[in-house]
Formats: sequence, structure tokens, C-alpha cells
Amino acid sequence: MTLIQPIKRPSSLAQARYIVSENRVTFGSFLLFFALVLLAIFGQAIAPYDPMASNAAVALSPPSLAHWFGTDDLGRDVLSRVLVATRLDLGIAVIAVVLSFGLGSILGTCAGYFGGWCDRIISRIIDTLMAFPLFILAMGLVAALGNTVENIIYATAVINLPLYTRVVRAEILVRRDAGYVEAARLAGNGHLRIMAAHLFPNVLPVMMVHISLNMGWAILNAAGLSFIGLGVRPPTPEWGIMVAEGATYIISGEWWLAIFPGAVLMLAVFCFNLLGDGLRDLVDPRMRT
Amino acid sequence: MLQVTGLTKHFPVASAGWFSRGRQSQALYAVDGLSLTIRPGESVGLVGESGCGKSTLIRLISRLLEPTDGSIVFNGADIGQISVGKFAHSAERARLQMVFQDPSDSLNPRFTAFDTITEPIRRLGTQQDRSRLRQRATELAQQVGLPPELLSRFPHQLSGGQKARVGIARAIALNPTLLILDEPTSALDVSVQAVILHLLADLREQLNMSYLFVSHDLNVVRLLCDRILVMYLGKLVETGPVDDIFNRPQHPYTQALISAIPAFEANPHRIPLTGEPRSPINPSPHICRLYGRCPKGDEHCQQVAPTLQPVSDYHQVACHYPAPLS
Amino acid sequence: MISSPTTATSVQTSLLSVRGLSVEFRTRTGIVQALENISFHINKGETLGIVGESGSGKSVLALAILGILDQAGYVTGGEILWSQDTATCDLLKLPEKRLRQLRGQELSMIFQNPRVALNSIRKVGKQLVDVLRCHSNLPRSRLKARALELLASVRIPDPQQRYDAYPYELSGGLCQRIMIALGLACSPQLLIADEPTTGLDVTTQATVMNLLKELATEQQMATVVITHDLALASEYCDRIIVMHAGHVVESAPTHLLFSQPRHPYTAKLIAATPEPHKGFEDLVPILGSLPDLRREDLPPCRFVGRCDRADETCQQEELVYRQVGGEHWVGCWYPLEE
Repeated sequence: MTLIQPIKRPSSLAQARYIVSENRVTFGSFLLFFALVLLAIFGQAIAPYDPMASNAAVALSPPSLAHWFGTDDLGRDVLSRVLVATRLDLGIAVIAVVLSFGLGSILGTCAGYFGGWCDRIISRIIDTLMAFPLFILAMGLVAALGNTVENIIYATAVINLPLYTRVVRAEILVRRDAGYVEAARLAGNGHLRIMAAHLFPNVLPVMMVHISLNMGWAILNAAGLSFIGLGVRPPTPEWGIMVAEGATYIISGEWWLAIFPGAVLMLAVFCFNLLGDGLRDLVDPRMRT
Repeated sequence: MLQVTGLTKHFPVASAGWFSRGRQSQALYAVDGLSLTIRPGESVGLVGESGCGKSTLIRLISRLLEPTDGSIVFNGADIGQISVGKFAHSAERARLQMVFQDPSDSLNPRFTAFDTITEPIRRLGTQQDRSRLRQRATELAQQVGLPPELLSRFPHQLSGGQKARVGIARAIALNPTLLILDEPTSALDVSVQAVILHLLADLREQLNMSYLFVSHDLNVVRLLCDRILVMYLGKLVETGPVDDIFNRPQHPYTQALISAIPAFEANPHRIPLTGEPRSPINPSPHICRLYGRCPKGDEHCQQVAPTLQPVSDYHQVACHYPAPLS
Repeated sequence: MISSPTTATSVQTSLLSVRGLSVEFRTRTGIVQALENISFHINKGETLGIVGESGSGKSVLALAILGILDQAGYVTGGEILWSQDTATCDLLKLPEKRLRQLRGQELSMIFQNPRVALNSIRKVGKQLVDVLRCHSNLPRSRLKARALELLASVRIPDPQQRYDAYPYELSGGLCQRIMIALGLACSPQLLIADEPTTGLDVTTQATVMNLLKELATEQQMATVVITHDLALASEYCDRIIVMHAGHVVESAPTHLLFSQPRHPYTAKLIAATPEPHKGFEDLVPILGSLPDLRREDLPPCRFVGRCDRADETCQQEELVYRQVGGEHWVGCWYPLEE
């Protein structure tokens, strides 16, 4: 046998191009996502003004050519603050989701695969977590651990844990007795390998949707906590705080302080929701034809 | 080569059983004190209907399930004692492989055909080198009649017959001595079935393997096997060479099974099995499992459960009144 | 236009007459021509077998007759004539309301994989009552009694207990019998059984098919048995049509089909089926595979790629159905000799 046919895999770029061409909405959400990521990275650099610089002279001025989003009560440029806040909000959401996804996947996979006592203990812990209204729990955690950004991340991660654990556990349960798992055992895979290399990758497509939706929720969560005064402290620019501070000014007519950060917040959450579906298409091999 | 003695598997059943029996049910006797042997190079057929326990039996033998009792001796080693988790790493794992029934279910949807076929080699073999793996994969693909271009495809891009071949290639990748085939052609069309059956026959000669061929299709079993074991509700009811079983079946169940096979000739004489099978939950050890459905059956069948008794050289039947059809 | 094997006289006596039916599926990857110019008829009280491998279009045919095709399925031609009480109508042209009345009452279907086809979260008895309530005029008080009668008629032991059972509690054979009871609840004139024995054990298979045959005779009901199992069809059907890749390739009374198959595909199917008297060498596989039905340049005979008798005529000329015996029709330019 001299000439071995090289085994070609279709390139990821070709696949992505196919998916994107099929679904304009997904493509749009991808673009938006990249824009948000760019903003998170370069926000500081492209902001026209220093987000912390106050200028009493132009306080509370409506949107104009000089200040596209207007200025707040201390004369700070709202646009700059919104741009810079992207990094913080996105950062909190991403880290929190990564943490809870990581831990939740491990717990869920063990619970689903081994069953028995492992499942019972993990499920009871998760049930306990879920017994609390999650937002209140987050508030409590931040209040107890201390009013810092780190603790918002941990709190958000903890209250999202049940979602991932339960979904992963359910998906693993469905696939645990599949033929290919038995075949994997016959091929000499131990428990750990089967969980990590055979079962979990099949669960990933479903999780992609959950991760993306959860990301939107995590952003809202972080903003919500800051809205009520926990976590992020002024003068740090953050969408939630800005909405909270701007809320008091809506009645007096200065709508731009709350609306703009609120709108960008909404846009970000919207983007992640759409992204979930698109990601699932990309990751699930059944869609690749 | 394979010696199974008194193999038993109970599944604890908490609440009401299969047929809504009372709450005192305790265990489902999927396999009950079963013994069999397979010699090197032999092809043994295992027939029985759904619920008879053949899936459980082959999973016990191939060490995917823990037995409740009994011993499984393979190549001299008592593999029944090694736990499922540990057996995956033992030396005997490569020697005992299985081809699954549903090709769609037994291939990991995220693995290409190449990944699937080379998985056993990567885990249990010594070759890790990428190019050697590719070479071996191509060899195996050709051996099973799979065009090598298809190796980079995912299962959903392959036809039923192609998936079946991938499953077979994976199973023979490490040259096992015993290959268990769990209804390998039942999910395939008649035209593809013929090809796969020929393939299996050829492979057996080429690689000098023994087969344990499980099927409900007696016609197929007849073609590939030297010896047949007939199973009913966890026990073997008749065993013997292919010709004996087909031409001179002596157990009422075997007779019913053979008469039920549809054939191209006019309606053969049908032997009815009335009613539903007995419950496999906590079965009484004194009553024959077929009692109630059997066209024969009397007091004696209710008091003493029959065991396998020889009726001729290699032919054994578990019945108090074995008799060939007139 | 392929000349139809359905002659004028048979239309008058037949219960259901399909003429020139074509169905296509519009999918993302192309238009799948699932059925092309299907013609056959079935008479009152007759058992017709439709035999073919997966992809031959037999299930699509059944769904098209009942008007329950998938959303992506379009009937692009032909007519399905239903004769009842001397009145004939084209099922394809009936308004949905009228079709719904017919379905379940005169025209019924049972599906393969019975445990999946039954509603798994409703008790079996309730499902029977649903059908009865929809199609019969029985007062509510009588519904349960009638359901129990039906269960008994399909020879289910202990109907009272089974009435309250869920499908998952019952064996495959029992579930299939429940399906048959559901299908026969309103004494239809025609029952279509789509792979009624797939997934069932051989002994259960025999029981189910015997039951179907008995009930069909009792109620003077026409049955269409769709299956890939040639041997099964040969035992239970009076006439058989063989389908390949969306075409009917041969139709004949059973004994003729098996003693004198005229289409190469039929002969090959018979040769590839394991039988008690056949040795290994007698088992001949069929080479090649189904053509991709999305192609636009499909040859008029779709068996061309797999046939060793094919030539230019087969690639170019429109296929013509020819009568080669009493009721024996073949769609082939070079049918096998007698």
C-alpha cells in the first residue's frame, strides 16, 4: 500500500461560511457580538472623553454633536462611560458563566454518569440552591462576602450553577446508555475518558444555547446587583449603575442618562440570545452537510 | 476458549413489574444460571426473542455489566471477577469485541469514521503515530469494503450499510479472538444484509475469529453458525448443531420459533404459543418457564423445572417431554 | 405518460384506485422526487402487499393516500379514486373537513413501532375512547363498553386491566394489537398497515398477522400491508406490488410474483433473502444503491444503475408498463423470461 489517501476534513471557515449564509439573523448577531468584544477591548481607547472627567459646566446637557449621548449630572460624557462600561459588564458575565459552566458541567456529568449516591448528593445540593430566589441569594452572597466586583462574579456564578448542573445531568442521562458509549468501553476507555471525550462533546451543542442565553442573563444580573447598589461602586462606569443613577432624572426630563445605557444593555442581551442558536448550528456536526 | 458457568444476573425491581404484578417484586432474573462454551474458531448462534435476556447475556460476557453470580472464563482468565471499569484496561479487552445492532446508535455522532475505527487502536494498541494509524485505518476500511474516502465522514453522512461496516471495522481493529455480533443486520435492508453477511463470513475465515452471533432471524443464523443456542426467559432451552436444531427441533419453544418464520412457500404448519411470556420477576424455580404457553405441559412441568439433557451427541434439550415433530 | 396497469374494468370494482400519483418533497438540498406515476388499485376485501426497501417510497405512498404528508410534501399529479356506495371521489380534491371524516372511519392506518406511535402519556383505553368519540355516534356511557369490546376482538387477554395501562407497560405485541384495535374501531373499509411487524418477535409477528387476516375476513375489509419483508408479504397478501426508488416496478398476484418474477429487481430481492433451503452461495446481494432522488437527470428507469440487463433504451425511453400475464404487470424493457 503505497499511496495513502489523505483524510480531509472540511475547514472550519468553510463550515462557518455555510452556516452564516443560511441565516442572516445569526450573521447579524455574530457581527454584533464581535462589535461588543471589540468595544470591550478597545473601549477605553476610542472613547472621545475620559469617562471619569467631570465638567460641571456641561452637566445634564442633552445629546448633541459634541456629546452624542449627552452628559450626566457631573458633566461626564455618557457615550464614553457606556463604551468603557462594556469591558466591565462583559467581563463579569463571561467570567461568571465560564466558572459556573465549568463547575456545573463537572458536577452534572458525574451525577448523570455515575448515578447512585453521587447523583443524590449533587442533586440535593443543587436543590438547596434552587430553593432560594436566586437574585436574593446573589444579593445575600455579595452582602456577606463584601461589596466588590469579584464577589459579584462569584455570586453570579453560584446562582447559575443549578442550571448547568441540571441540564448537563439530564443530557448525560439520555446518552449514557447509547451504543457508542458501550462501544467506547469495549475500545478500552475508562470512566473518565468516556465522560470527557465521548459523552460531554455530544452535550456541548445543547450547552452552547444555554451558555449564550445565560450570558445575557448574567449581564442583566450584574447590572441588577449594581442597580441596587451592590458590587460596583460609583464612579466606576457600569451599565446597571448608570441606569440606576439616571432613573431619578427621567422624571425631570433628562432621559438620556438612563435610556442609552439601558438600550446598550438590552442590545447586548439580545445579541447573546440570538447568538445561542447560531452557535449551536456551528457546533453540532449534524448540521454540517 | 470461552467458558461460562452458572451465569446469573438480577436487576432489582422496586415497584410493580412488567405486567403490573404486586408490590412485593424484588428482582428481575434476566439471566438465570446459564452455562455455555465456545471453542476457538467456532461460530455459535444465540437465538431468542425480545425479553429472553440475550442482550443482557452478551453484555455480561463482553464485560459491560457486572454479573450477580457465576463465572466467565476467557482464554484461561476469570474475567467475571474483574470489574467493568478495570476491564477496560486489561489485556483481554482487545481479544473480546462486539458489533452492535443499531449502526446509527453505536457510532459517536461527533466522531468521524476514522476516529471511530482507530479508537480501539489508540486506547489499547501500541501505535500512536498518526501516519501509521491512517495506514491501519485504510487497511481496515478496505477489508470491510468501505471506500477509504469515506473515512473522514461523520455518521450522519453515511448510509446504513456504510455505518454497519464502520462498526465492523472498529470491532476487528485489534484482531479479537471472540467477536460478539448483536443482530448486526437487523437494521439493514435485505440487499445490504446479504453483503454484510458475506463480509462477516469472509472475515471470520481471514482473521480466524470465533463468533457469538445473536439474532432473532433464524434464517440468517443458519447461514453463519455451526452451533445454535436457543434462549428463553434467561435460560437455555435447547442447544445443538445447526442442522439438528432446524431439522429436528425438540423443545416446544424452538419448534414454535421455527414454524413462525415466514417463508415463500404456502403457509407452513403453525404452532401457536398462546398468551404472554411468564414474568421474569422472581420466577419460581420449580415451574418450567414456558408452562402456560406450551402446547404440552402438565403437573410435572409445574413441579420440577427441566434442565438441559442430551438427546443425542451434541444436542441438548431442557424439557420433560422433548419430541421431534411428526 | 406511463400507461397505467389499472384497466377500466378494475376501476369500477375497486375500492381504491391510485392513478399516476406523483409526490415530491421540497427540501433545502433539493427537490426529492419521492413518487413518480404510481398506479395501482385495491378491491374490496383484498389484501395487497406493497414491498420495497427503505427509500422506495412506500410509506410516503401511504401518507399521501391518507392526506397526511409532511408539510414539505407536495402531490404534483395524479388522482386517488375512492369508491363508496357507488359514488366515486378523488381524495386529493376533497376538502380537509370531508377528508377528516373519512380518515379513521372508512380509511384507517396503523403505524410501525407501536410503542412510539401510541401516545405515551395517555392510558390506552382513553386513546380508544378518543377515536370512538370522534367518529362514532355512541353515547358517552357506551364508549367504554365499546372500547372493551374492541380490546377483546383483538384477543387481548384481560381487557379490563389493559384498559388502564400505559403503552410503556405493555409488550410490543400488545401495543401493536392496541393499534389494530384503534385502526379498526370504526370498521373501516380500508386499512393501511405500515410495517406492522417491524420490531416484533417472530412469534408475535405471526400472531399479529394472523389476527389482521382474520379481522379483515370477518369485516370484509381491504388491507394494504406495507413491508420490506418479502416472505411476510408472500404469506399474507393476495396481490403484491414491488416498489423501487419511487416507482412501481412489478405488480402481480402473490404466487405468480414468486414463481415467475419478471422484473430484475424482484428477482434479485428474492435471491437476496435468506431462506431455509438456501446455502450461503445462494444469497446474492444487490449491487449498487438507490439513486439520489434529488437529481434532475434521473433516468426514466431508476433501476438502471443496478441492473445488468440495462442498455440505451432503458436510459432514454419513457418507461411503459406492460401486461405480461393475467394481472401481472411489469415496468421494464427487458423483463425476465418465464
